[in-house]
Amino acid sequence: MSSLRRRKPINESSDSKHKAEEEDEDHDDVDADGDDDVNGKNKKTPSKIKKKRGEKPPKQPKWSCMDTCCWFIGCICITWWLLLFLYNAMPASFPQYVTEAITGPLPDPPGVKLKKEGLEAKHPVVFVPGIVTGGLELWQGRECAEGLFRKRLWGGTFGEVYKRPLCWVEHMSLDNETGLDPCGIRVRPVSGLVAADYFAPGYFVWAVLIANLARIGYEDKTMYMAAYDWRLSFQNTEVRDQTLSRIKSNIELLVATNGGRKVVVIPHSMGVLYFLHFMKWVEAPAPMGGGGGPDWCSKHIKAVVNIGGPFLGVPKAIAGLFSAEAKDIAVARALAPGFLDNDIFQFQTLQHVMRMSRTWDSTMSMIPRGGNTIWGGLDWSPEEGNSCAKKREKKNETQIADQAGSENAVCKAKSANYGRIISFGKDVAEAPSSDIERIDFRGAIKGHSAANTTCRDVWTEYHDMGFAGIKAVAEYKTYTADSLVDLLHFVAPKMMARGTAHFSYGVADNLDDPKYKHYKYWSNPLETRLPNAPDMEIYSLYGVGLPTERAYVYKLSPHAECSIPFKIDTSADDEDTCLRDGVYSVDGDETVPVLSAGFMCAKGWRGKTRFNPSGIRTYIREYNHLPPANLLEGRGTLSGAHVDIMGNFALIEDVIRIAAGASGEELGGDQVYSKIFNWSENINLQLDEEIPVHSSS
Amino acid sequence: MSKPLSFYRSYFLSKTMSFLRRRNGTDSSKTRVADPNIKKDGADDDDKKKDQYKIPQRRNYGSKKWSCWDNCCWFIGFICSIWWFCLFLYNTMPDSIPQFVTMAITGPLPDPPGVKLRKEGLTANHPVVLVPGVVTGGLELWEGRHCAEGLLGKRLWGGSFGEFYKRPLCWLEHISLDNDTGFDPPGIRVRPVTGLVAADYFATGYFVWAVVIANLAHIGYEEKSLYMAAYDWRLSFQNTEIRDRSLTRIKSNIELLVATHGGKKVVVLPHSMGVQYFLHFMKWVETPAPRGGGGGPDWCAKHIKAIMNIGAPFLGSPKSIALHFSIEVRDIAALRAQAPGLLDKDVLGLQTFKHLMRMFRTWDATFSMIPKGGETIWGGLDWSPETETVNNSAKKGTDNSTRNTGGNGNICNTKGVNYGRLISFSKDWAETHSSKIERVDFKHVAKGDKLTNSSNCDIWLEYHEMGNRAIKAVADHKVYTAGSILDLLHYVAPKLMARGASHFSYGIADDLDDPKYDQYKYWSNPLETKLPNAPDMEIYSLYGVGLPTERGYIYKVAPPSDCSIPFQIDTSVDGDSEDSCLKGGVFSGDGDETVPIISAGFMCAKGWRGKTRFNPSGIRTYNREYKHAPPANLLEGRGTQSGSHVDLLGNFALIEDVLRVAAGATGEDIGGDRVYSDIFKWSERINIKL
Repeated sequence: MSSLRRRKPINESSDSKHKAEEEDEDHDDVDADGDDDVNGKNKKTPSKIKKKRGEKPPKQPKWSCMDTCCWFIGCICITWWLLLFLYNAMPASFPQYVTEAITGPLPDPPGVKLKKEGLEAKHPVVFVPGIVTGGLELWQGRECAEGLFRKRLWGGTFGEVYKRPLCWVEHMSLDNETGLDPCGIRVRPVSGLVAADYFAPGYFVWAVLIANLARIGYEDKTMYMAAYDWRLSFQNTEVRDQTLSRIKSNIELLVATNGGRKVVVIPHSMGVLYFLHFMKWVEAPAPMGGGGGPDWCSKHIKAVVNIGGPFLGVPKAIAGLFSAEAKDIAVARALAPGFLDNDIFQFQTLQHVMRMSRTWDSTMSMIPRGGNTIWGGLDWSPEEGNSCAKKREKKNETQIADQAGSENAVCKAKSANYGRIISFGKDVAEAPSSDIERIDFRGAIKGHSAANTTCRDVWTEYHDMGFAGIKAVAEYKTYTADSLVDLLHFVAPKMMARGTAHFSYGVADNLDDPKYKHYKYWSNPLETRLPNAPDMEIYSLYGVGLPTERAYVYKLSPHAECSIPFKIDTSADDEDTCLRDGVYSVDGDETVPVLSAGFMCAKGWRGKTRFNPSGIRTYIREYNHLPPANLLEGRGTLSGAHVDIMGNFALIEDVIRIAAGASGEELGGDQVYSKIFNWSENINLQLDEEIPVHSSS
Repeated sequence: MSKPLSFYRSYFLSKTMSFLRRRNGTDSSKTRVADPNIKKDGADDDDKKKDQYKIPQRRNYGSKKWSCWDNCCWFIGFICSIWWFCLFLYNTMPDSIPQFVTMAITGPLPDPPGVKLRKEGLTANHPVVLVPGVVTGGLELWEGRHCAEGLLGKRLWGGSFGEFYKRPLCWLEHISLDNDTGFDPPGIRVRPVTGLVAADYFATGYFVWAVVIANLAHIGYEEKSLYMAAYDWRLSFQNTEIRDRSLTRIKSNIELLVATHGGKKVVVLPHSMGVQYFLHFMKWVETPAPRGGGGGPDWCAKHIKAIMNIGAPFLGSPKSIALHFSIEVRDIAALRAQAPGLLDKDVLGLQTFKHLMRMFRTWDATFSMIPKGGETIWGGLDWSPETETVNNSAKKGTDNSTRNTGGNGNICNTKGVNYGRLISFSKDWAETHSSKIERVDFKHVAKGDKLTNSSNCDIWLEYHEMGNRAIKAVADHKVYTAGSILDLLHYVAPKLMARGASHFSYGIADDLDDPKYDQYKYWSNPLETKLPNAPDMEIYSLYGVGLPTERGYIYKVAPPSDCSIPFQIDTSVDGDSEDSCLKGGVFSGDGDETVPIISAGFMCAKGWRGKTRFNPSGIRTYNREYKHAPPANLLEGRGTQSGSHVDLLGNFALIEDVLRVAAGATGEDIGGDRVYSDIFKWSERINIKL
């Protein structure tokens, strides 16, 4: 090959070429080595003669920059294709082989392991995806969305969205008044297992769990993805899409076609609240509910295996609604201040995002529930008391450090006032409550607009607030879970009016009050009873060991037109109190604090309580977060993060065992690394049916 | 040994050298200009200067060495750059440009029916159920053998056919069913894809239901009012219920659709084999519980508004005979004639054909397409419904011409064609009158002596057990009609037909009240079941006409060889005249390329028309034919006026009819029958007790 290639130019081109070749051979030992001797000697004589004639400038095409570029790209392409070809020709087991060579033999995936143990598909399985992870597709759109029919607007590759961001925002937003699609737009949830197996290519959500279930014999007819439009309020999914009816019918079908075996329901994230809503809906009589009768749940459901369940909401939702930022966004803003704040290309990115996410009613389901009783008041919080105790008792601390590495990863909660979910200024967050002078904002008049309303094309209600309103909000200084709801009502009255029609955030005094028959209470575990299903089991599976947002330090942002007037103060840091970049963290799965995920199963529903009159057994299974050992593991098989936990082998094993018929006791009952039981003890909540007493902080 | 070693070394070194040289390319172009001057000076003492210029010259000439390798690189780079540039332009192009270009060439496009009807004010009314046909539904892998690792949850059938081009034998192993049970082999689970994605596109860009769905969406349909009744089309109909509970799922989903739409009944759109599947479903759902769905005797009346059968092979399709007999259809036979070596010889030892045949024969569902009704429907030795009897041939000439001018698809000259003879061994036997044919009965010929020692045929085919004598006997029978073809199949493939006969039946019932007809094997045969008691229901048969459709075959005995299929379509046989129906060994009739008109139209034209014994409650039936017109130009893709079996689903006229019915219109509203062919006349010739 090489000799062929080298000789070709000699044959076809001018004499000068010959000379070049000749000279190469003469003076370049390296090249001379290559050609066989005979060839070299034969050429010598004629080429010397030719040399004299070959003095003219060559007629060769010039190596222009362009040519070099082309040549270079060509090389890259060829290499790329070659690699691609090799990759395609590679046996399928090769990557695994490499991984094994590097990391040692991989553990069997849980499905394979349990299949060897002889487990088989038994109970049909229902998945309830959470917020954001479900796909949405377009069924009818405006002019700008032409050609996107039945393409995914959300999830998947985000298709052609990147080309027309404003069009996308327009289609993803809901109507402000109705909370349903705007006129002329129909965006609908994708159905089937594909709805949420992968969020984007390569980013699994349910896929790992589904694959492992398939190993022990599950298939399409025994699994059902209860996909719903996660932007809508729960009851509206029924009004618009009849989603709840579809879920009911499909669960009935699953039970009927599997010989009467009850289903195991696996909700994730917001799906947990959605399924709470469903369980109330399905037993409520027909016009408002599904009319399934008072024992529908006990007849059809074996277990509800909640994964990362934000039963009592998440503080993250507050920051999201208040200023459209979470920890990550706030940090990004701190690092590159110009990037998000300035209106690059007039995009007003954050405002657009805020406007869009505020039209999604479902986000309001995540506002912390239970008020000060659960989340703590000005001077106490369930987590805080515990952490202080830990500091004092040194013995205890070492013990815990041994037992659970989680406490190391999460910073030590010393004296943070977690109860103050929003504080204006770090000093306010730390000062004892007696030192804080608060001016009530509730009566403040909103009055004159902050800016002339030219920036109205980006709708956020902040524009209606005016300076006085903004100032009043800041002067109240610190907000607990109770006053937060008032705050949101103050800054975004229209949104909250819509929200409170669908969700409620309180604690019920008397569950027999007929008002609790309304659907807005159905997704709040503190204002509903569990169904009468003594054989059912409720699990709460969640990750621990990751810092999770729990409270924020805010500041007023420098005034600008059309901007959001409040921002997380990323300059606020405090090593001792877990304050970092303006965010107080506690233990959790990065999104849901332990308290929200665990409290109901640890205390609120444990045994026979007024929230759980039939004594449904509850189990808590925590999974300690371990980062992936190396890059080859991807998102890790031991992760405890909110979404990545769906790939946690221990969790998958538990789920499969339950699906194959195991009870909570057979799994080993509770598995706890955090101090959820201690923290739950700190919460003073009436659990007996008889004497409804106002719980106080 | 040393020579190759040095060879390789020089190869690598020269490669690195050339790379170095390239990097200096721009530098040396300058020296190139300067060099000649220097050389002129010292032309005489060249040798002396050579040392001096050693290095610059080397660079200089090195850059000129524009080797083949470089040329390739340059060329590929150039192409890639242009490609990327075009891609970039394409991506930044506004979306309306392709449409604009199309319009500029072809004139303004007609509105798609959905848009047109929305302007008329039609809105979604009745929920719609789509029942896909054979082959078009996707199948995915849920559990596989070792060779299919990493393909879990991927599509085995449909879509891009994923990674299967890499491992064809693995694919065959997974897509085949077990020969004895008709289910998946142990350790393999292949299951139908569910949801609208199951059959919206068959392969990327090849629509099946997508156009219908898009147009339904225009008038307001969405996922909650559409349901794709996907099922595993390889299994026999009853087995889909046994394995996947498909029939139960369809029942439950239809009930859900009706419940969530305020009691509005569904409109069902079955296509191709889905038609028979839905016939089976209707019987199943009203049959009491252990064997059926237990929906009660008025389930259909309560839940179904209309059934719009598209391209319905109610009475089977002759194509399936050729497939069963020798796994070839017209296209494959023609291909074989052109390149005899390609398919027949075992290229690379793959034995493609035999593998396909083995796979195909394990699919029970294919038996549902064998022609039903025997000689009564398909014609005997000397008559067929499509042709006049030989006695009337004089009359028939005029008949033909009027028909042709009357707009009938002049597929070919049907004069004297014995369509009743589905398989003939040689052209003579296809044409001579029956009295002159001496037929030798084959049924009692013992099979016995094997063709070859079957050791080198790892592929299972029942032909290997037949032996030469039997093959000769089959050929000696000379001519087979729809009745005797069943005997033939039973003879050549007894195991296969035993499996098939337990799930399907091909006869005509004498007495429909006979309790034996409660058995599920009769449910998909319209000639052996009664329609449900649902006087308000409507049944449509929508099918394409104007395309040559296989109706009969001329076979020959293939030259014997190891492991080959002993019968082949004789592609050398052509008709006498230009417009003869016989081409390439295949007799064609009018139809949609797959289903002959008689199969698609007869039931709605006669068998069920009015109150008959097959239709005791007098369900109204309508025949709607769509004349095939090929796409006017390439830009139209598969055309909006196509009449061919699958492309019909993109026919605007058909979609408009479907939309109108879904929006609430009755058969009378859309204009009753619409017929281009002679289906009513042909139906009259069929002598069946009604």
